[in-house]
Amino acid sequence: MNIPEKFRILPCGDAALSVEFGDTVDPDLNARVLALDAALSAAPPPGFREAIPTYRSLFVHYDPNAIRFAELARRLKEAAEACRPLAGAQRCWRIPVVYGGEYGWDLADVAKRHDMTPDEVIARHSAPQYRVYMIGFMPGYAYLGGLDPALATSRRDNPRLETPAGAIMIGGVQAGIQCLAAPSGWHILGRTPFRNFHPRRDPVFMIAPGDAVRFHAVPAADWPALEQAAERGEPVAELVTP
Amino acid sequence: MTDAKPYLEVEDANQTVSVQDGGRFGAQRFGLAPAGAMDRLALAGANALVGAKPDAAAVEIGLLPARFSAREGAVRVALYGAEREARVGDKPVPVGCTVRLQEGESLSVKAARGGVFTYLAVEGGLLGEPVFGSLSVHMRAFLGSPYPRPLRAGDRLTVGCAARPGPERRLDPPPAATGPIRVVLGPQDDYFDRANIARFLESEWRVSPTSDRMGYRLDGPKLDHARGANVVSDGIPFGAIQIPGNGLPLVLLADRGTTGGYPKIAVIAGADLGRFAQTQTGGRVRFAAVGIDAAQDAARDFAALIDGLPGRVKTLAAGDWSSEALLGLNMAGSALSALDSETWHGKS
Repeated sequence: MNIPEKFRILPCGDAALSVEFGDTVDPDLNARVLALDAALSAAPPPGFREAIPTYRSLFVHYDPNAIRFAELARRLKEAAEACRPLAGAQRCWRIPVVYGGEYGWDLADVAKRHDMTPDEVIARHSAPQYRVYMIGFMPGYAYLGGLDPALATSRRDNPRLETPAGAIMIGGVQAGIQCLAAPSGWHILGRTPFRNFHPRRDPVFMIAPGDAVRFHAVPAADWPALEQAAERGEPVAELVTP
Repeated sequence: MTDAKPYLEVEDANQTVSVQDGGRFGAQRFGLAPAGAMDRLALAGANALVGAKPDAAAVEIGLLPARFSAREGAVRVALYGAEREARVGDKPVPVGCTVRLQEGESLSVKAARGGVFTYLAVEGGLLGEPVFGSLSVHMRAFLGSPYPRPLRAGDRLTVGCAARPGPERRLDPPPAATGPIRVVLGPQDDYFDRANIARFLESEWRVSPTSDRMGYRLDGPKLDHARGANVVSDGIPFGAIQIPGNGLPLVLLADRGTTGGYPKIAVIAGADLGRFAQTQTGGRVRFAAVGIDAAQDAARDFAALIDGLPGRVKTLAAGDWSSEALLGLNMAGSALSALDSETWHGKS
């Protein structure tokens, strides 16, 4: 028997609520979030608008004119108790990265901090299979867990006001794929031509929460061709078996 | 005869003028915020005047002036929302009325007097290619149609059909809401002690100049966190009030990030979002906590108010809105979901 673990359901204004399974970054906790997310898409309750899976909670937008908080909370409690964490990732994205130099502004600095060579940082960063905990903040920004602890690097004291689209970043024990240029305090190891968000491509978004991700180094000489292909709407990243 | 569709030509615009509708839903799980109108009641009012659905796309005009002209045919438009002066030639056009622009005529809209956002709705609808079901411009995501950015001079907004001659219409404005902005405390009100929650609710806040469609920063007394200024990122609804490390509230609005990692002390009630968004820079705001049931009652009343807008549209007799008779109808200044902040925020 699967013993239901504790969770709480909090109102977030009058048209959203959060089913909170914990307050840490943890793959088991995230698996429960994704299980409830899948259960709701399979059988949406009345008034359901959309859900955002995050690290530790499922955020649910709903229509308060179709269902009241107390009634929706009751239904979600039942659903959360009934659903089982999903098996591992169903799909894995293999993503090309040009590391270092003008593509990875902080590679040398991160290597120095950890007393490694840049090649060792690249090897350690491109070795693991990462878990996509959530896509959030900005369109297509993928928050990844599974960074080699030897690479954990606290965030920059002075966040940059602008970092490029496609930046491959690390911050603390997390890793990320940035999709649009944005301010950031994370360290940039490289850059990918892959676009998780492309408004004129079908599908507009590619990576989903719960997917797996792997990185592989490509030479800077490949960048122009890959970037043009991505601009045309080609995937550039490939799907592999997790 | 010509096959060309009538269009509105943008003659003057700025960063605060963009096409917005009820918002883009279904992709928040991919980090894409809904965008959409900052004041949904005002959008719905403008749309009611031209016989469109409440959430149909219109031009959102922020604080500053803008000008549009009709091309390739006549275009009927309506303004509703923040009070401002508007003219066709030397004829004044009240906010809350329709006007048919003859081909070549320009509607010029001055800066807002009270409030921020006025919506320009178009009879026959604005044509565009929806992404995730919406034409709304989301500036940081380069999304929106017909232009994925704020409007500028020379842009063309194609209209569904030419406007036929006929009487103009006005909207009998619903009663303006007053009093403090209602909020539901949480989801992270437990990151603050009682004294700081009281300070949040009892203080008068001012909208800071560094405010935009993404969010409004508020100036006032700093709030202290009882359990630190970081939470593990979770979802952000329209109107979430985050308290970052500097202790000053940041209210997240239409173009917000979908997730965030600062404690949210409260969320603005849906019924009061437009009224809050209509507060000008420097305007004063107070908050009052209500329970989730009261907020959801208010949400139902608000939905009923929007549903009732078409019933408030009156056809004007042979004359038009510039007639003396109409000016006696108590139009000016009453048509808003937000009047100037003095009239709708409780004074201390």
